[in-house]
Amino acid sequence: MLLKELSELNGVSSNETAVRHFIRDRLQGKVETLHTDRLGNLIASQGQTKKGPKVMLSAHMDEVGLMVVGIETNGLLKIKTVGGIDERVLLSKRVLVGPQQIPGVIGAKPIHLQEREERQKPVPLSALFVDIGATDRSDAEKAVKIGDLIAFDTKAACFGDGLFKGKALDDRAGCAVLLNLIENRYDLPLYYAFTVQEEVGLRGATVAAYGINPDLALVVETTSAGDVPPLKKHQASTRLGHGPAISFMDRTLIVQPKLVEALVAVAESAGIPYQFRQTTTGGTEGGAINQTRTGIPAAVISIPCRYIHSPVGVLNLNDFAATIKLVDAVLKNIAQRGLPV
Amino acid sequence: MKELLRNLTAIAAPSGREEPIRALIREELAKYCDELRVDSLGNLIAFKRGGKTKLQLAAHMDEIGVVVTAIDEEGFLRFANVGGVNPHRLVGQRVRFQNGTMGVIGAEKIDDIKELTLDKLFIDLGVASAAEARAKVHVGEMAAFEHSFVDLGQRVVAKALDDRVGCAVLIEALKRVRKPANDLYCTFTVQEEVGLRGARTSAFGLEPDLAIAIDVTATGDTPEAMKLAMKLGAGAAIKVKDVSLITHPRVKDLLTELAEKNNIPYQFEVLPYGGTDAGAIHLTKAGIPAGVISIPCRYVHSPSEMVDLNDVEAAVRLVVAAMEQPITL
Amino acid sequence: MQTEELLMALSNAVGPSGREDRTAQIIMDFFTDGEGRHWITGLERDRLGNIILRKAGSGSQPPRLMLAAHMDEIGLIVTSFEEGFLHFSTIGGVDQRVLPGQEVIVHGREDLPGVIAAKPPHLQQPDERKKAVKMEEMVIDLGLAADRLTALVRIGDPVTVKRNCSVLRNNFYAGKAMDDRACVVALVECLRRLKNVQHEAEVLAVITVQEELGVRGAFVSAFGLNPDLGIAVDVTHGEMPGVADYEGFKLGQGPVIVTGPQVHPLIFAKLKNAAEAGKIKYQVEAEVTPRGTDAYAIQIAQAGVATGLVSIPLRYMHTSVETLALDDLKETGRLLAEFITQIDRGFLEGLACY
Repeated sequence: MLLKELSELNGVSSNETAVRHFIRDRLQGKVETLHTDRLGNLIASQGQTKKGPKVMLSAHMDEVGLMVVGIETNGLLKIKTVGGIDERVLLSKRVLVGPQQIPGVIGAKPIHLQEREERQKPVPLSALFVDIGATDRSDAEKAVKIGDLIAFDTKAACFGDGLFKGKALDDRAGCAVLLNLIENRYDLPLYYAFTVQEEVGLRGATVAAYGINPDLALVVETTSAGDVPPLKKHQASTRLGHGPAISFMDRTLIVQPKLVEALVAVAESAGIPYQFRQTTTGGTEGGAINQTRTGIPAAVISIPCRYIHSPVGVLNLNDFAATIKLVDAVLKNIAQRGLPV
Repeated sequence: MKELLRNLTAIAAPSGREEPIRALIREELAKYCDELRVDSLGNLIAFKRGGKTKLQLAAHMDEIGVVVTAIDEEGFLRFANVGGVNPHRLVGQRVRFQNGTMGVIGAEKIDDIKELTLDKLFIDLGVASAAEARAKVHVGEMAAFEHSFVDLGQRVVAKALDDRVGCAVLIEALKRVRKPANDLYCTFTVQEEVGLRGARTSAFGLEPDLAIAIDVTATGDTPEAMKLAMKLGAGAAIKVKDVSLITHPRVKDLLTELAEKNNIPYQFEVLPYGGTDAGAIHLTKAGIPAGVISIPCRYVHSPSEMVDLNDVEAAVRLVVAAMEQPITL
Repeated sequence: MQTEELLMALSNAVGPSGREDRTAQIIMDFFTDGEGRHWITGLERDRLGNIILRKAGSGSQPPRLMLAAHMDEIGLIVTSFEEGFLHFSTIGGVDQRVLPGQEVIVHGREDLPGVIAAKPPHLQQPDERKKAVKMEEMVIDLGLAADRLTALVRIGDPVTVKRNCSVLRNNFYAGKAMDDRACVVALVECLRRLKNVQHEAEVLAVITVQEELGVRGAFVSAFGLNPDLGIAVDVTHGEMPGVADYEGFKLGQGPVIVTGPQVHPLIFAKLKNAAEAGKIKYQVEAEVTPRGTDAYAIQIAQAGVATGLVSIPLRYMHTSVETLALDDLKETGRLLAEFITQIDRGFLEGLACY
């Protein structure tokens, strides 16, 4: 299963190599151009010579994780977060360290040795460490280097009623959507950008968009689902099982109203369920692309996902399938009728 | 000027929804420039020929507001901010959607004022059901704050003077300029309040030699205010620094000399917070020297912003002077 | 001018962000009239004030390498007058706790010496000392009558700390603005070493402005030059009590080569190779988001630049007694020169194949 394979690859921001190679292998021979740029973005294209607006699809390959910043004399690894991680999710988890995927655990002080008040306070990142079983610093240095990236060690799987759980669904699910479209042919010049370093500031998309210079960009993302207690209904950004989420605004982007209307019209006429992303918080590559050069219209379509940026996220496979359908329908629509803006 | 300000501030046009204000400005300027165009983000660019140096003048058309994020079963709307909105200023405010729908802002029961955050507030459209609400507005629609224009004589009060007063200054300057000595690209920008977005892409397209933004600045002339030197009525403010920009020394000197030469009252401005379009413009491409002419304004980002017409007039004269001065940097 | 002299001259020079001209002049003089003029093939200043020193490469299609070190320093700026005193705000990240009792120079119509007022302990309430003095409550005293003051000083005039660089034991240098003028000197050292060296790469050594306000000079110079490769040279924290050992690096133990998202893995590897080839001691730092260095801007210029980051360990950053080891500075220059000689077309082409 593509989604499972992608989820289990490790690609913490700035070392997306494993993901890039996996995707590159699946693109070989199926696209007209394929190259990796100097930041590591993987960019493929179809129909470069076709008339019609140049469209860029983007999904980011990177995931949040940790980085080794120091090694204690006792061999424990000091860490920092890469991308936005709530430190409270880190305790008592399994991780894989560095290119050799060294197994490690994030330990926690036994409850027996804690003061009662300690349990009420989160453990700060400065007190957390990764244990790879090294006997001392020099032993650790045989396996790990400063700067090595650390990913959650999570196996992906289907569960419940049509749900899927795994790490890095943000945004491997988006990558999977793009890969599902790659064999289709659209009557327009189409660029697939599998980008790097989204989680540390939309950096891959910034340069990819500059290089591609499209007329329109569609960002395929994963967004937080808030259909979980104690969130109230109006605080829920999206809900699982209600289809892909269309953004009207986030912290980095105001989607042009006509573009939102066009996405809605396509979804409705194709009978694809959709919902709005009912929050304006969080940023996406759409913002970076929109601000490129003289301004590039950008829209964001997201798969709702619970518990993103934690070791395990949950999405609904129907939403995933509907997202593929929606992006496909939008591309066909643009190929037929031109840009909606 | 009062009429122009009244008309410009009467329009609801939050960031990303600038169509109505753009239409009004377009109409105002049709006769006064050589070319009018709208770029891909929606910036309105009025071009007037005059000389070799490309001078971009920028004032933003957008204003702060709210955007609907959810509609509940009873028809109450939940919303998020568009730009810098202080929740403490919202309870009891009225909002107007672009289709004319009005609403008032109410709050959940709150025991401690410190707990007042945006997600405890809602908009009441005076409807009894979700269906009725949906017939009037939908999720993603934006509204601006509604407050009438007040003429206090020398000073006027209105919402959205940030930055409709800048738009008014630029419009008036274009009408008054007799012999432009530079190619003028008067840019009425979009989405300033959400991150100087229109200015950034417009400057990339225009690549001017010099840019001057026209915007409001805060003042320190009210009781126990922050220690700021800017005062209402003391003239146009020449910005030296804010968070987005430290003014290019030669641009600062140019504006200062123009003000002195033309006997235009002016003051210098250092604002320890905030930014303007010039911040985005000066970092465009290989760098564009930029400055700001500010209009001192009390109560910025409230529905009752106050400016002094003498300062507005000074700003117009300073902009005209810059337009008519052959500039080499 | 010897390295030591240049370092001291630059440390003492005035040049807060956006007002770098006086510092720039020292560098321009060195490369137009001084010995540096023989080391470069071109010098220009761009519209925001960045100095670009070019040294041609020997290749027919030379890889274009941008080096960046910033010349601006943090400072203060006059915001308002109050009864003959000045209120001020900051230019860049200033810790308000280092200010009381500091001697400053207000750059008004002329340079005016002044002091930042400090309330004597005798006049304080018993618990006052438990809290830091807020900058809004501080004033600068120029010893001038109110009318003289307003005639000589205007709102927006910059203020810098008055400080002469001092030499400590073991060739440790302590002064203001070592962040990042020590690295400017390291670039000069690099160019000095390259003067008689053939190298394929074209070197664009950029002495940037306005780094402390958000790496602004680097954004525009990197866009304008559109290099293939970029190396930012900046300071990192030196070891000191209260700083974890992985966040504070040893003085005198060589340059710090940085890895992290802003650094291309092959540039990182090449820098380490260069250090090993040149027998240069180095340290390694992992930094997740070095937003505070020019690398942050260079990496995302135009369609992307493969970027690296080299740092000099510096204690007490953003105070007026920033302290570093001269050896680290010189070794940084040597590392950069060694790196440059190793760059060729093949390396460039390999950057996209990983």
